Amino acid sequence: MVKIDAKIPEGPLAQKWTKYKADQKLVNPSNKRKLDIIVVGTGLAGASAAASFGEMGFNVKIFTIQDSPRRAHSIAAQGGINAAKNYPNDGDSIGRLFSDTVKGGDYRAREANVYRLAEVSNEIIDQCVAQGVPFAREYGGLLDNRSFGGAQVSRTFYARGQTGQQLLLGAYQALMRQVEKKTVKLYTRNELVEIVLVDGKARGIISRNLVTGEIERHSAHAVVLATGGYGNAFFLSTNAMGSNGSAAWRAYKKGAAFANPCFAQIHPTCIPVHGEFQSKLTLMSESLRNDGRIWVPAKIEDAEAIKNGKLKPTDIAEEDRDYFLERRYPAFGNLVPRDVASRAAKERCDAGFGVGSTGLAVYLDFKDSIERLGKDAIEARYGNLFQMYEKIVDDNPYETPMMIYPAIHYTMGGVWVDYELQTTIPGLFCAGEANFSDHGANRLGASALMQGLADGYFVLPYTVQNYLSDFINTPRMSGNEKEFVEAENEVKERFQKILDIKGNRSVDSIHKELGLAMWDFVGMARNADGLKKAVDKIKSIKKEFWSNVRIPGSKEGMNIELEKANRLVDFIEIGELMAIDALHREESCGGHFREEHQTEEGEAMRHDEKFAYVACWIDKGGDKDPELIKEELEFKDVKLIQRNYK
Amino acid sequence: MEKNINLTLKVWRQNSPKDKGGFETYQVKDISTGSSFLELLDVLNEQLINEGKEPVAFDHDCREGICGMCSLYINGHPHGPDSEITTCQLHMRKFNDGDTIWIEPWRSAGFPVIKDLIVDRDAFDKIIAAGGYVSVNTGGVPDGNAIPIPKDNADESMDAASCIGCGACVAACKNGSAMLFVSAKASQLALLPQGKVEAARRAKNMVARMDDLGFGNCTNTGACEVECPKGISIAHIARLNREYLSAKLQD
Ligand SMILES: Cc1cc2nc3c(=O)[nH]c(=O)nc-3n(C[C@H](O)[C@H](O)[C@H](O)COP(=O)(O)OP(=O)(O)OC[C@H]3O[C@@H](n4cnc5c(N)ncnc54)[C@H](O)[C@@H]3O)c2cc1C
Ligand code: SF4
Ligand code: FES
Repeated sequence: MVKIDAKIPEGPLAQKWTKYKADQKLVNPSNKRKLDIIVVGTGLAGASAAASFGEMGFNVKIFTIQDSPRRAHSIAAQGGINAAKNYPNDGDSIGRLFSDTVKGGDYRAREANVYRLAEVSNEIIDQCVAQGVPFAREYGGLLDNRSFGGAQVSRTFYARGQTGQQLLLGAYQALMRQVEKKTVKLYTRNELVEIVLVDGKARGIISRNLVTGEIERHSAHAVVLATGGYGNAFFLSTNAMGSNGSAAWRAYKKGAAFANPCFAQIHPTCIPVHGEFQSKLTLMSESLRNDGRIWVPAKIEDAEAIKNGKLKPTDIAEEDRDYFLERRYPAFGNLVPRDVASRAAKERCDAGFGVGSTGLAVYLDFKDSIERLGKDAIEARYGNLFQMYEKIVDDNPYETPMMIYPAIHYTMGGVWVDYELQTTIPGLFCAGEANFSDHGANRLGASALMQGLADGYFVLPYTVQNYLSDFINTPRMSGNEKEFVEAENEVKERFQKILDIKGNRSVDSIHKELGLAMWDFVGMARNADGLKKAVDKIKSIKKEFWSNVRIPGSKEGMNIELEKANRLVDFIEIGELMAIDALHREESCGGHFREEHQTEEGEAMRHDEKFAYVACWIDKGGDKDPELIKEELEFKDVKLIQRNYK
Repeated sequence: MEKNINLTLKVWRQNSPKDKGGFETYQVKDISTGSSFLELLDVLNEQLINEGKEPVAFDHDCREGICGMCSLYINGHPHGPDSEITTCQLHMRKFNDGDTIWIEPWRSAGFPVIKDLIVDRDAFDKIIAAGGYVSVNTGGVPDGNAIPIPKDNADESMDAASCIGCGACVAACKNGSAMLFVSAKASQLALLPQGKVEAARRAKNMVARMDDLGFGNCTNTGACEVECPKGISIAHIARLNREYLSAKLQD
């Protein structure tokens, strides 16, 4: 029986973390050398955790599927990272960052975790500055801030449009410093394919060397998964091509609870799809909504004329434009949270007011801010994003408005973790986007970077140490124990089975089919009928995969199709669980919008009496239905209200 | 406006590091000029898989010019014919119907081929490990605003920090030197008070590691700057040389 116990420390919210740290058990330096930690993933969460463990004196192994830790998907984050510094003196505080995040998440996150996140946010900025992260500065030499959606203060720190890159490089460099000191051993192009449990505890992993195809065994006293989100279940998303949910899914298959899988975030400002060969979607940072205004034509005939190429956006007179976010949400305007902005864009396009050749796009217009601030100021803020847009679309956004449309961007759901970021499997921890913890049903902009680094620099070093203090007399395992041998054999069989199918379809063609089913039925607006269809459809896609996929080449040496196939197996199952979870959650909240549950004005309707819980799913093996266990959420420090951005 | 074009591709195929390798010729049809160069390779791979052949292995991940994973010599240019972009940002509108396109991996002693178009760039990680950081541990650091940094320095540091570690500079250099990459990191950190403290030592250690790993000497040809997708300036090499000299003088 899996037990869901969040292990939230006693005491007032603001003192819980301090109390935890004061009570936590320590490991002395000579014992740390005898304890091994495996970290999987080198994104913000994994790199920062591994570097910190190494500095503390633990013996660390870190894994990444890319050729270098610096390539983790975190590198692509553009806009910025939040912190409650209140440098601009605009009324910000830890308490406000906390309540904004709980509210932004539509009251489906655990208060204690979110408070801790807000609490350590300031330390993150200090740490990154000390590492030489070149944050944007004002003329006085102090750090500059900008605003992001869902907040009325300026609390976002940034490094041009490349914040994730700079933060990741900071963590990567700290990591490489430890690699040089030999406290951390780095495994690149090496993929976790199984987690090994001994006596119910995580004691190691089986990995696949992506260059040689060899299967390897690695043992440790604790395992940390920091493998990112599963948004690529939709095939088209803003995630990097290699982003995947497999490590998290392995944890689920080994008995870890998987929480709120249906909470996926659709980002409002992405470059629209251009054609069937499209391989991924490109995000245009949310920070653009600081200075860009979103609109569609107010008259349907203008929208038609634009679609047919008879009118240009610049031909539409000011009074014939519908700035629909400003109209519907005067208080927050273009800076409403992502889910609200995405649905509003979909609503306009579904009503026939969309633009672009497909009618599935809205405008993001910088004309007014260029007039107000000058082209140079806009270029200094967003130059690289404008360049990116121009290279992709072949339009100059300084002269004509950008076209944008929502796309899958981030997964709030993930492996369930307690206050210590430990999964339901002892010794298995999960950090960053891969866990479910801090964002509830919707993540606010600039909060993922904050969470990844909070988990890695400032939470895991305490909680993993607390766990390991009980193992100072537990010897290392050789990797020859029967649990490792069995796990390795199972993995080998799995890969052989995929290779033996020898069907007629490429991995991508099946993945695209899955993506379409997900987007159509488990996307921005969901309903019971559609979700049931999705479950059936995904089952048939699963069958198609297992009878008709074709993998050229062999298991020896590099085989990219085999890598992708192995991940697709898990995406298919994740997709199914997303649909099941979405079907069970009979309410609308955050990124999860159930058409049956909306107000007359089309706003999301939560049902707190019934659904103020975390849905934790437990695998029952084979084709059996998963079991649902609830972690009831208690809100003591924020009041549950219907979100209102009007 | 977008249209469809037909192309002949000459692609380098090499099964393993030891394999000799050579060009194969492929025809691809109806490629939308709105697609990206890597989507062209996706189409080619789909075609190869359907014919029962092995697809072309190439590195890529973010497909938006930031991870530094994609590479490729396209018609003799690292990251292809367009300026200041990576291969994944290159779009087919830069090509014409009927063109023949040559596609090769980075060719440099420092970056051995693993398979087809994929090379091993571990050497860059090793150079960073030699000193491409500020030596601070997690925790116990001063407030982020404790030391004001002139905006110009912060901006210039950010320019240097934009390097994505793709290796085009090495691939473009006839000597196979990694100086642009090394100098970008050294310069980024030397420009900030936090990194200034160990600037000389850093320069010395990173350059020594680069030499050990078999990268060539810099003779100031400037080819790296021309091909760098992020517009990293060779002025950083001059700054690195200054730090390096001052370290050598202290020896
Ligand atoms: C385009 C874009 C822009 C964004 N902008 C922002 C922003 O401005 N602000 C913000 O706060 N957030 C932003 N986000 C979200 C944020 O970037 C991510 O949520 C965050 O970086 C995730 O970090 P992570 O460490 O959890 O995982 P990732 O960075 O995704 O790292 C995952 C790591 O796990 C490894 N891995 C995966 N599977 C395996 C396996 N089986 N075996 C071994 N290794 C494995 C990968 O190699 C990689 O190293 C953005 C996201 C995108 C897509
Ligand atoms: S300096 Fe330029 S070419 Fe060289 S690795 Fe960095 S980004 Fe690539
Ligand atoms: S794929 Fe990331 S830079 Fe090209």
